[in-house]
Amino acid sequence: MNISFTKHTLDNGLDVLLHEDHSCPIAALNLWYHVGSKNERPGKTGFAHLFEHLMFEGSEHHDRGFFQPLQGAGATLNGSTNADRTNYWEVVPSGALELALWMESDRMGYLLPALTQAKFANQRDVVLNERRQNYENRPYGLASMALLAALFPPDHPYHWATIGEIADLEAVQLDEVHAFFRRYYHPANASLAIAGDFDSVRTLDLVRQYFGEIPAGEPVPAVRAAASLAGDARLYLEDRVELPRLYLAWITPAMFAESDADLDLATDLLANGKTSRLYKRLVFEQRVATDVSAAQNSREMAGYAQITATAAPGHTLAEIEQAILDEIARLVAEGPSDREMERGRAQAESQFVFRLQTVGGFGGKSDQLNAYNVFVGDANYFDRDLQRYQSVTRESLRQATARYLDPSARVTLSIVPRDRAALAAPDSAPALVA
Amino acid sequence: MTITRARLPEPGPSPSYTFPPIEKSTLPNGLRLWTVHHPQVPIVAFMLLVRRGAASDPPGKDGLAAITADMLDEGSGDRSAIDMHEAIAQIGAQFDTDIGSDATVIGLTVLSKFAPRALTLLADIVARPSLREEDFLRVRQLRLHRLTQLRDVPGALADRAFLKLLYGVHPYGHSPIGNEATLASMTADDVRAFHARSIRPTDATLVAVGDCDHAGIERMARESFADWTGASAGVASANGDLPRGARLNIVPRAGAPQSELRIGHVGVARGTPDYHALLVANAILGGQFVSRINLNLREDKGVTYGARTAFEFRRQPGPFVLQVSVQTSATARAIEESIREIADIRGPRPVTVDELTLGVSGITRGYARNFETADQVARAVMQLALYDVSDDYYAQFVPCVERITIDEVSRVMAEHVDPSRLTTLIVGDLDAIGQDLGGLGLGEPVVVAHDSF
Repeated sequence: MNISFTKHTLDNGLDVLLHEDHSCPIAALNLWYHVGSKNERPGKTGFAHLFEHLMFEGSEHHDRGFFQPLQGAGATLNGSTNADRTNYWEVVPSGALELALWMESDRMGYLLPALTQAKFANQRDVVLNERRQNYENRPYGLASMALLAALFPPDHPYHWATIGEIADLEAVQLDEVHAFFRRYYHPANASLAIAGDFDSVRTLDLVRQYFGEIPAGEPVPAVRAAASLAGDARLYLEDRVELPRLYLAWITPAMFAESDADLDLATDLLANGKTSRLYKRLVFEQRVATDVSAAQNSREMAGYAQITATAAPGHTLAEIEQAILDEIARLVAEGPSDREMERGRAQAESQFVFRLQTVGGFGGKSDQLNAYNVFVGDANYFDRDLQRYQSVTRESLRQATARYLDPSARVTLSIVPRDRAALAAPDSAPALVA
Repeated sequence: MTITRARLPEPGPSPSYTFPPIEKSTLPNGLRLWTVHHPQVPIVAFMLLVRRGAASDPPGKDGLAAITADMLDEGSGDRSAIDMHEAIAQIGAQFDTDIGSDATVIGLTVLSKFAPRALTLLADIVARPSLREEDFLRVRQLRLHRLTQLRDVPGALADRAFLKLLYGVHPYGHSPIGNEATLASMTADDVRAFHARSIRPTDATLVAVGDCDHAGIERMARESFADWTGASAGVASANGDLPRGARLNIVPRAGAPQSELRIGHVGVARGTPDYHALLVANAILGGQFVSRINLNLREDKGVTYGARTAFEFRRQPGPFVLQVSVQTSATARAIEESIREIADIRGPRPVTVDELTLGVSGITRGYARNFETADQVARAVMQLALYDVSDDYYAQFVPCVERITIDEVSRVMAEHVDPSRLTTLIVGDLDAIGQDLGGLGLGEPVVVAHDSF
């Protein structure tokens, strides 16, 4: 099982990955820039994401919104920014692929002449509203920010959330935006994948014509930073919520690193779905929690695992914390069962096959090729990625859990109703969120 | 071949797309089986559609259809609730339950090698659920907790309060989850009775799409669903007059940085002959990124992350609604702009040729991408069964949309949207915005109490 493709690197350094799939008359263009909020510095956060917004507002040869011509051609399009990368994509009817190439190349090569103060000010307002909607005005919405800030030290690039701090967003100047573009938005820092119903020979020729003329730009050195936790950082935050919620988090290996897959499976069997150990114990049997979930959040430089549970009325976060620690200890002592391993393998196999269904958009085949190309340095990784999960053993999972879900090196965050600080897990101090 | 940046390249003709044929049969118990061969990936998507949803909740039992749907996967025969999920997980299946006003849908998507096991599980879930008292009490408690938590979710508050304002006691007047009082008084017997009365094969359709063949699925389905019998009770016709409430309403949320808005009124049913024209009109008004309302509130004023409108087509007239979350300081202005945009498109500022072209082509040219995955095709097939739409609907869709004219857009908006009937609901900071609202000409805002919806 794999995603077949051809790879071509243009003279200016742009990687081009082509995957033909003629089952549906559509083509997907997917462009990654290897820049995210990890490339920002304290005091200048939120930049990479704000920039993503500006990429839809016009370029030199099409100095107006990018949605209109593409939607008119029957396309869907979007973009996203996270800590490690920014991506842009269009899914078009096969006949409109050249239009998407024209527009993506124009904003790669010719954005700045069209990037004005007015557009910048408007999109900054939009982003401040995105932040209000998805973080400030959403129950538990600030938890992820508080967790990142506690897990990673202030100068570590994962310390801040990708959406950015309000004060930083308000202070950004247009000339900084221009400098950011020159540094990160060029062919040598990008990867272009096209998947779907197109002809590779003709399309590669078009790609060379549209993107080949764009100057290479300076290579971007990899960001490096280390982080470790020295104890149990116990924090709480008051929020407009009815039920207190507990978050336990640990620093874990990076994406694709050793133990990353083990922790993916470990967090699943601990707290994802009705078959998970913590769901059975906390929600099904003891009924002390209303929900529980977990994830290994893999990133390029490091990952972080988290387990989250909301207290049922009449129950405390202390009870929940103890139960979570008990279940982790039991997993470390006994390892997973054969049945749990079988389930994890079956789910991994299905999830990988499900991922082959779409050519474009977030998580489609074009996005996956770019992810492997940018993060692994090898787009031909789908099969080996699945292999990572299939080769997890009871013992490797047990060891990864023991090593990384360490009760003495973690963050313990409580989100509690306003003016109810006493509902936080014991010994917690107020968290700061910017 | 040389490129030019002097102008955008003209897209080539859209490749024609043909919706795959649907094979149909009816099992002896009345269950309809509709399958589509879609073999691109070795997957089968099963969706079992029962045309009974939250609108079938008996009076005083808001939330019964939804909790019944939620109980279906809580065990069957010797299997406990946990065992059931273990069986689902062991085949790596993606399971979901979806409940709306008009229907309950149980979906199970699996690798095709697991299709036989999935079908047996699906039958256990839908036809032979245990519906045990003990499980009911636990599931009900979780739903009550969920309601507690929803009090803090602005979008959920707005949706629930808005339906009540628009529909009152009409079957569409409550969201599927119901409310604290109705859930608290519900029993496991209610659930068993609802299952016996409404989750029946005569008004159900099993859709299977993917790497499968009709005969094979039919053979298995005949066996798995053999003991599922009985006829569904009819759907109560919508009774009760629609309320004629205040035009401006607010659910107070002190200190909220944004106001969550809903503006709309009861609209049209899925069966309207104006369906295609309304899709185009809505795309231009608020249904796509480059719609008038989104360009105004987001791209011009910057007061929101995004705004959209929709006609929610249902078996009976569903709501026409604009939804947007705006920064608190811009609340009154956003309401004013929104209502003006809705009024303008009906005549004062009719759609332009460019807008119509964009609205039509945006819907028609990329049509094929709606049918890429087995799940997408299964959902499309289900729409036909849910709304009694003919099989050639997807084949006729593009030509029907392409025939829409400016006059038709103006006509359907004038006919189906009435600015004087719009109800506005705000979930927001009353103290901060109260004094601005007086200038809207919508009357004093009426405070909506949390226990009224």
